[in-house]
Amino acid sequence: MSPAASEVASPPAIEVINLVKSFGTFYALRGISLTVPAGECVSIFGPNGAGKTTFLRILSAISRSTSGDIRINGLPLKGQSEKIRRQLGVIGHQTFLYDDLSAAENLKFYARMYDVPGTPARVTQVLEEVGLAKRANDRVRSFSRGMQQRLAIGRAMLHDPSLLFLDEPYTGLDQHAAAMLTSWLQKLRTERRTILLVTHDLIQGLAMADRVMIFLRGRIALEEKAANLEAQQFRALYFDLVAKGER
Amino acid sequence: MRALRKLFALVWKDLLAEFRTKELLSSMLMFALIVVVIFNFTFEAGSMATREAGPGLLWVAFTFASVLGLHRSMVHEVERGCLQGLMLAPVDRGLLFLAKAIGNIIFIFIVEIPTFLMYAIFFNLDLTTGLDKVAVVFLLGTIGFASVGTLFSAMSVNTRTREIMLPVLLFPIQVPVILSAVNATAGALAGQSWSELGNWLKLLVAFDLIFIMVCYVTFEYVLEE
Repeated sequence: MSPAASEVASPPAIEVINLVKSFGTFYALRGISLTVPAGECVSIFGPNGAGKTTFLRILSAISRSTSGDIRINGLPLKGQSEKIRRQLGVIGHQTFLYDDLSAAENLKFYARMYDVPGTPARVTQVLEEVGLAKRANDRVRSFSRGMQQRLAIGRAMLHDPSLLFLDEPYTGLDQHAAAMLTSWLQKLRTERRTILLVTHDLIQGLAMADRVMIFLRGRIALEEKAANLEAQQFRALYFDLVAKGER
Repeated sequence: MRALRKLFALVWKDLLAEFRTKELLSSMLMFALIVVVIFNFTFEAGSMATREAGPGLLWVAFTFASVLGLHRSMVHEVERGCLQGLMLAPVDRGLLFLAKAIGNIIFIFIVEIPTFLMYAIFFNLDLTTGLDKVAVVFLLGTIGFASVGTLFSAMSVNTRTREIMLPVLLFPIQVPVILSAVNATAGALAGQSWSELGNWLKLLVAFDLIFIMVCYVTFEYVLEE
């Protein structure tokens, strides 16, 4: 099969059809549908409570949807979630790291969870990439917030995922860690990995993305190619939409 | 084989973190020992009242110390989002339950040993008879208590009044375990044979098997909601 033909045949990285999530009478997501082709970077914006994190939690198989269908790399999330989780890298508000284990022990532990081959070498490599090789045997408890977030990035990279879900990854980062995260994201983009980025930083999110979405009250209020938007225009559009949505 | 390796890694992680901080064990042990010491002020060593109330006293110490430990061990997982980290990994959620339950069983059993020794010293107990039976009863009781406790601690950890919710949810379900553990402990300490203890031990084994299976299957739903 020619490369062009295989590209045509490959399923979208993310396919969501009419996704609904309710907590009792409160609807966090009200029929979200979207398709993300492999290799695309999508930035999701929206005010607090718009449903962005809930959406990522459901896609990551941490939370269950009330209704709707999700397919990741062609696999249905219901029934194939273990296979799907193997392909996901997630960076969230929290680091997912154990304070009383060292940096190397944390990575070794997660490497075992993901069945990473050649664990010791891979752990050393990742620690070097995130600039923590010299602190490999220090407990995470003794790390600054920035160092912890760098290690969290390392944890997400460990199993070489094809899909990245990033929920406010810049929160609480020092400049070094933020620069490292940006360069890492740029590297991932050149590798054509699929990225879903949830952020409040409109300019950075727009600069990073192929496509942007604005979530409002559990719905997609705007979906547009990033190339069609200029930063200031997008800012104005965003605030206008949010103001209308809150009325 | 992969699942076993993951299970081992999950348990190892809990043990390593705990043996470094001793946060859980020290608070559980302190609580259990205080209960035994306080009862020591009330009961006369070797008296009939001690023989009758002793096993109940021991299990009061074990269960309350266990609740403390079960709660803290789940809070540790939630604090930095580690539970989410585990849920994101391609690991069967039932395996997460088994690992957490095994860790809890080990911690509770570690606390039970010095607590029982302290009890034996204070209440002038003859340790030459029935020790093997007591050990089996403690192990079976602990397995039942820790299995259901692990599931319920995962349920209650995200509630606002989690410290209260755990014992409120846990104790009614645990009645068969506590009832049979107390009676079997009393029988073992009184020198009863295996066949005399048989019914209580069977009840403990049945409870353990049923609830380990139920918790294994339902843990996934508890975590995701």
